[in-house]
Amino acid sequence: MATVVDSSNPKSDFPIQYRELNYLNCSKGWKSWFFTLDHKRIGIMYLIGVTCAFFLGGLFAVLLRTELLSPARILLSADGYNQMFTLHGAIMTFLVIIPGVPAAIGNIILPVMLGAKDVAFPRMNLGSFYLWMFGAAFFLAALALGGLDTGWTFYTPYSITTSTAVITALLGVFILGFSSIFTGLNFIVTIHTMRPPGMTWFKMPLFLWALYATALIQILATPVLGITGLLLVVERAFHIGIFDPALGGDPVLFQHFFWFYSHPAVYVMILPAMGVVSEVIAVHSRKHIFGYRFIAYSSIAIAIFGFLVWGHHMFVSGQSKVVAVVFSAITFSVSIPSAIKVFNWLTTMYKGSIRFTTAMCYALAFLFIFSIGGLTGLFLATLATDIHLHDTYFVVAHFHYVMMGSSLVGLFAAVHHWWPKITGKMFSEFWGRIACLGVFLGFNLTFFPQFLLGTRGMPRRYYTYLPEFQNLHILSTCGAYLLGLSSALMAATLIYSVYRGKKAPANPWGGASLEWQCSSPPPANNFDHPPLAGDPYIMESVVYNEEIGGYVPVECQGAKKGSVTASGDKEA
Amino acid sequence: MQMKLFIPELLANAEAGFWFPPQSSTVAENVDSVYFFILWVCTFFFVLIVGLMLLFMIKYRYRPGVEAVKTNTHNLTLELSWSVIPTLLTVVMFWVGFTSYLDMRTPPAASYEISVVAKKWVWAFKYPNGWIESELHIPKGENVTLTMASDDVLHSLWIPAFRTKMDVVPGRYTQQWFNATQAGTFPLMCAEYCGQKHSEMITNVVVHETRGDFDKWLQNASDIHKNKTPVEAGEYFYKSRGCIQCHSLDGVPKNGPSFKGLFDSERKFTDGTSRIADANYIRQSILEPQSQIVTGFRPIMPTFKGQLTDEDITAIIAFIKAQK
Repeated sequence: MATVVDSSNPKSDFPIQYRELNYLNCSKGWKSWFFTLDHKRIGIMYLIGVTCAFFLGGLFAVLLRTELLSPARILLSADGYNQMFTLHGAIMTFLVIIPGVPAAIGNIILPVMLGAKDVAFPRMNLGSFYLWMFGAAFFLAALALGGLDTGWTFYTPYSITTSTAVITALLGVFILGFSSIFTGLNFIVTIHTMRPPGMTWFKMPLFLWALYATALIQILATPVLGITGLLLVVERAFHIGIFDPALGGDPVLFQHFFWFYSHPAVYVMILPAMGVVSEVIAVHSRKHIFGYRFIAYSSIAIAIFGFLVWGHHMFVSGQSKVVAVVFSAITFSVSIPSAIKVFNWLTTMYKGSIRFTTAMCYALAFLFIFSIGGLTGLFLATLATDIHLHDTYFVVAHFHYVMMGSSLVGLFAAVHHWWPKITGKMFSEFWGRIACLGVFLGFNLTFFPQFLLGTRGMPRRYYTYLPEFQNLHILSTCGAYLLGLSSALMAATLIYSVYRGKKAPANPWGGASLEWQCSSPPPANNFDHPPLAGDPYIMESVVYNEEIGGYVPVECQGAKKGSVTASGDKEA
Repeated sequence: MQMKLFIPELLANAEAGFWFPPQSSTVAENVDSVYFFILWVCTFFFVLIVGLMLLFMIKYRYRPGVEAVKTNTHNLTLELSWSVIPTLLTVVMFWVGFTSYLDMRTPPAASYEISVVAKKWVWAFKYPNGWIESELHIPKGENVTLTMASDDVLHSLWIPAFRTKMDVVPGRYTQQWFNATQAGTFPLMCAEYCGQKHSEMITNVVVHETRGDFDKWLQNASDIHKNKTPVEAGEYFYKSRGCIQCHSLDGVPKNGPSFKGLFDSERKFTDGTSRIADANYIRQSILEPQSQIVTGFRPIMPTFKGQLTDEDITAIIAFIKAQK
């Protein structure tokens, strides 16, 4: 057995992927993290931040569900409940889902996938993280300054008249918007200018297409939210009539502005998760992705159509009938690209060799849940049925199926897929899969009953309810507990692996895209020389090597039969 | 209905079918059939997707020594077909949704008109003779149009049994119409978040069997000062105009002071002054609620100027006086 490689020595002859010096241990001390310009470290800080926010938002969700066990008071007052659902929504949207896949996972993976040393503007990247922290601090301040009870949508004129900390929260949203724009801008420039030799647009991994489409939405839509928030601040602070009819404003105008951002923002949340699933299904089925161009174009199509459908949030708002009809028609167009993706993923699995790794289990859970989430959107796009279902638990169930069950499950898939790359450690597949099963069952138990609640007549944002809804609420709450426990188990499994996990090989799953060519974890500068990129989905280009416990390029396997590492072990 | 046999007791919906409340308006049947059409299409696709997924999961699971088979990486016919077929289906969905929507949103010319004022957290339904009621009473089999306005924030008037809903927006009028097909009492609720007691902004729609029954009800109801003692009439206003939301009768303050023992007591105000709560004070508090705010309370009461007559106010004063 040849010894594994010493290699703190940067002048070592060994190819870069076998050196032991990596981005995690190349420098030490808090300064090396807080002032780092390394996209991977920034990504890790984002991941930690997002995880904390996720568990805070999740705690709020559990409290809400507990209160709903009975129409009578259990834990919270009506005011407490209203604040709780507002903060749950605001935290999960602005602090967790929007930065989740792009800023945390995207930051770590995008440059490595491109064979680049970093993103185009590393300082701006760090700035984006600090803006995120700053925005999060404003949210916590809003919590401390008397909470927020407007719903995450800030609908006027309620948000103008309530006595809670609306301005603080809005400034938080404004700052978080900049964070999101910085990340988006960085990704667009990086993808345009830093692709390695051989990587044409249509040889990019689909995750990058998804991040590119996401970034387009981020930089085009977020400014509108920023301005809308500022207008609301101005109205509250100086009583200038914009949205409040008592001052001569128009409350429906606010809804137009708000959804002009917030509908495209839905795709900021789901597109990256779709990109993750494209990668995970292909790699863990050992198959070339099916219909590459259709999936890539459908990401762009979703980004474009996503801008034209905001009015479907307002079918009962008092907007004109003609407008409602036009928005309904355009809304259906956005369902087609999603359908295309689902069928392409399925076909990718056809005749594959499917490994039920934790990442793949989450991707399969995504397929199941996203099918329900996507299809139930059709009831809401259809005018006649939306009139009944609007603002009910049906809507709550629908968007949780898409936002939580799809976006966050996509994030979970991404975390498990790239965890060996990010931390250099393998986690326990057994506990990972148990947690995945728990998340899947808990999620469906929580949200499926809510479809029924909605059609039967339960409005959303209700603190108390008619007694006939109690059984379904109890079911839903049981699901929420299971979901919460399973998420905690997932986090525990991953954190445990950092300390006790087996060392990860460079390519544990057999991916063919560039990030699997550098070591796990990658060195600080990823690649010494820009690698040559080919088709990222030719899974035959890597084969399993028993001794390494991971996949190695076909060439190495052939040439070095019997040798210990497929490394540049010169003596063989 | 036979579907119910297969549904566990826990999920069963006592009043109606598995999915919906009873169909009690002319548009309900149409809405439900659009819903079930989409439901069947969705069920088909869901079973197709998940069925294929499970099939592939079993058939192509990893087995040692068996490699993935290289297949075509794209197939234009296949990809176009799963783009075009769903597109055609969504066109049909749009069309059926659109045509029923036009029926639901176009009030018929001959229609009984009721105006609605929503305020935190109470509904007021005003009948053509000027009578205001907190429950909505309508005759069966007749077109009814609601013209709705809000006194404060957004509300939304939803009657699940009728499958209709429309936001009530401050600063403009919105309308909805329906034609009830079933006599009985159905919940009517606020569906747009409006603050603390949003979930208590629920009242009833009472559908009278015939126009005659309805007219008789309206006549009786609106004769309140003739039929009732002032205290009884005051109690009626207390319950129907929303006083009850914020003023208790048991001495426990809610958003406003309790009425118990209020009359003739001394009130202290936020500006430092004080005053005995006599009839004139109560009258002023109803008409100009912001003029003097009792310490410990927020200035949130809406004015009732123009909404209560002098006779109504006298009755309310008598009612408050009776709460010793």
